[in-house]
Amino acid sequence: MNAPALMSAPLMHLPPVVDPSATSGVFSLLWLVVALPALGAVVLLLAGKRADAWAHLLGCATVAISFLISLILFFSLLGRGHGDRQVTQHLWTWFSAGHYTVNLDLLYDPLSALFLLLITGVGGIIHVYSIGYMEHDERRRRFFGYLNLFVAAMLVLVLASDYVGLFLGWEGVGLASYLLIGFWQHKPSAAAAAKKAFVINRVGDMGLFLGSALIFVTFGSTSFAAVSASSHQASSGTLTVIGLLLLLGACGKSAQFPLQTWLLDAMEGPTPVSALIHAATMVTAGVYLIVRSNFIFSLSENARTAVIVIGCITLLMGAVIGCAKDDIKKALAGSTMSQIGYMVLAAGLGPAGYAFAIFHLLTHGFFKANMFLGAGSVMHGMDDDVNMRHYGALRKAMPVTFATFAIGYLAILGVPPFAGFWSKDKIIEAAFGQNFVVGLCTLVGAGVTAFYMTRLMLMTFETSKRWEKGMHPHESPKVMTNPLKSLATLSALGGLFLVNGWITTWLTPVVGERVEHSLAVGSIGMSLIALVVVGIGVAVAWQLVGSRPVPRVAPENVSVFTRAARADLYGDAVNDEVVIKPGVAGIRGLGVFDGSVVDGIVQGLAASLTAISVKLRLVQNGFVRSYALAVLAGALIVIFAMLAVNFS
Amino acid sequence: MSVAPFIVLSAILFTIGCVGVLTRRNAIVVFMCVELMLNASNLALVTFARANGNLDGQIAAFFVMVVAAAEVVVGLAIIMNIFRTRRSASVDDASLLKY
Repeated sequence: MNAPALMSAPLMHLPPVVDPSATSGVFSLLWLVVALPALGAVVLLLAGKRADAWAHLLGCATVAISFLISLILFFSLLGRGHGDRQVTQHLWTWFSAGHYTVNLDLLYDPLSALFLLLITGVGGIIHVYSIGYMEHDERRRRFFGYLNLFVAAMLVLVLASDYVGLFLGWEGVGLASYLLIGFWQHKPSAAAAAKKAFVINRVGDMGLFLGSALIFVTFGSTSFAAVSASSHQASSGTLTVIGLLLLLGACGKSAQFPLQTWLLDAMEGPTPVSALIHAATMVTAGVYLIVRSNFIFSLSENARTAVIVIGCITLLMGAVIGCAKDDIKKALAGSTMSQIGYMVLAAGLGPAGYAFAIFHLLTHGFFKANMFLGAGSVMHGMDDDVNMRHYGALRKAMPVTFATFAIGYLAILGVPPFAGFWSKDKIIEAAFGQNFVVGLCTLVGAGVTAFYMTRLMLMTFETSKRWEKGMHPHESPKVMTNPLKSLATLSALGGLFLVNGWITTWLTPVVGERVEHSLAVGSIGMSLIALVVVGIGVAVAWQLVGSRPVPRVAPENVSVFTRAARADLYGDAVNDEVVIKPGVAGIRGLGVFDGSVVDGIVQGLAASLTAISVKLRLVQNGFVRSYALAVLAGALIVIFAMLAVNFS
Repeated sequence: MSVAPFIVLSAILFTIGCVGVLTRRNAIVVFMCVELMLNASNLALVTFARANGNLDGQIAAFFVMVVAAAEVVVGLAIIMNIFRTRRSASVDDASLLKY
């Protein structure tokens, strides 16, 4: 009786299958996009001092040419039919064992096309900016080599057509991130921060590694094409475990709770690095991983719930941390955590949110890179001081930096018509469509974002001068302000991706049809509510920071919440208590066990042998007669033994 | 011809030599006792050679004599040197090589 009812129930939407066609024509250039920055890295790192004069030019040129090729490829893909937008370029077979083969193929589809533009575009702008920012650093050539290495690895990550290939890029960006955070390795804090980032990333990488292994065990292959074609046949339990392992990988790379602590310390690196790696591209790799693995997450409700929870926690944590930081870069880093929380949350919403996660990723890449470079420009003018309590009234001294920073500020706040308005609003809307609590989290997050960004703006560009003695803030050179202008333009216009729902349609071949949820208040009503919340955040910030003098030293008698936020919400303390101390205690215990039990047995054996030897040694007394007696006794024993054998 | 008296004599000589080696301290006497034991065994070899009617035992006895002669040369030289350095021929005094 129930059969017809079951039949008529709507079939679950199957995620789209990755089914690319071989490259032809202009798409054969795909490999060059990766090869150029890789070649640049090799040349810059091997050429030595003789390349110092032109290293920065080569570094910029490789990425710029990659960007041009990416543009050509993008428009070629745009010209293709809707169902024909996945191409793959077979480079070579990486390795094969039995029935398992890993090809080093490049997969170019709407998703990787957007990432290519972001990485090479924003990456290129940041390369140009670095020419000015790193001008007085005698190791600038090496810096550009590492940057090119990063760009190449990131491109491998987004172009891989296989989880193993993705892992290659994943590790590559991890390495580049380590090298660049610790670029000023003569500072112990930078060296420690690099190590911390590397170690915590390793935890996440283990998740991705185990997830890929489980994918191989389950599907017999790790290529996106094969897995997406058969993912609906796997049991939901397996899919959930795979999803959670991939989420762990995403948490490590994207600084999501509980692996978030490294990102704040990573600000020890040069500012262009913070902009490129720790704001615009690498830290969003986790979001990419989740969206790319939509054929896993779309089928596992539980895994998606975990993703949403992680996103919610991180978006609020990051925002709260951002509120209390006086270090301009750390405030921005908290903001980055929070914004990536938004993206992860959106990705966790499933087909309703994948496209918006990527959309917010792109706009965030623009405005956050813009603001980080702006912060770098401020630091450049303030002798590398990062403490906002020593800034103030910089608007007049740095008009261009202020203007571009303000555009980024309006964009992250979500003020129309800047980019962030379109992308964040869509996420809030989708979150409310999913669940009221999740929606509320995103709304509160938007309000807190408005608070800390306004605080940052006021403390830096407005309020009274609190400069150190002898400080003469000045505008940065053109090679730094022009990148700021271009990123500000992108931050202002990024919303154009949404015209006519373009980005959702564009990504449909990768992530499937978007599921719409209509809200009671409607789309415009939701936007108005969000704007009101943002307005409240701005007003509170004005009340607390703008309307009274800012102390030059951070006040000590602050609430417990402020103290918690200043201590990164005790992320390091928790790690200390939960992981490091038990680990140290365990190792101490092992040390004691080794010292007492293992060494006890070995040394006890040796000691007893020594004691016996000491006694036995006395037999060797030097008297020939006693030796002779021993020989006689031996001979007699032999004789009697022979007699006994012969006559018995 | 009965073998027994010769073997008994050989055993008595060997025992004397043996006891001498174990009890005497003078290196020369110990040395002579060693010679006594060698010759006791020579006597036994020759006796058995006669009893068996072949020459194997006598050849062995010659070997023993040759080796004994060589041994005397080396042994006396060592004793001489010990006496020169330590002004004593007591084997108990030459007990430095020990634990």
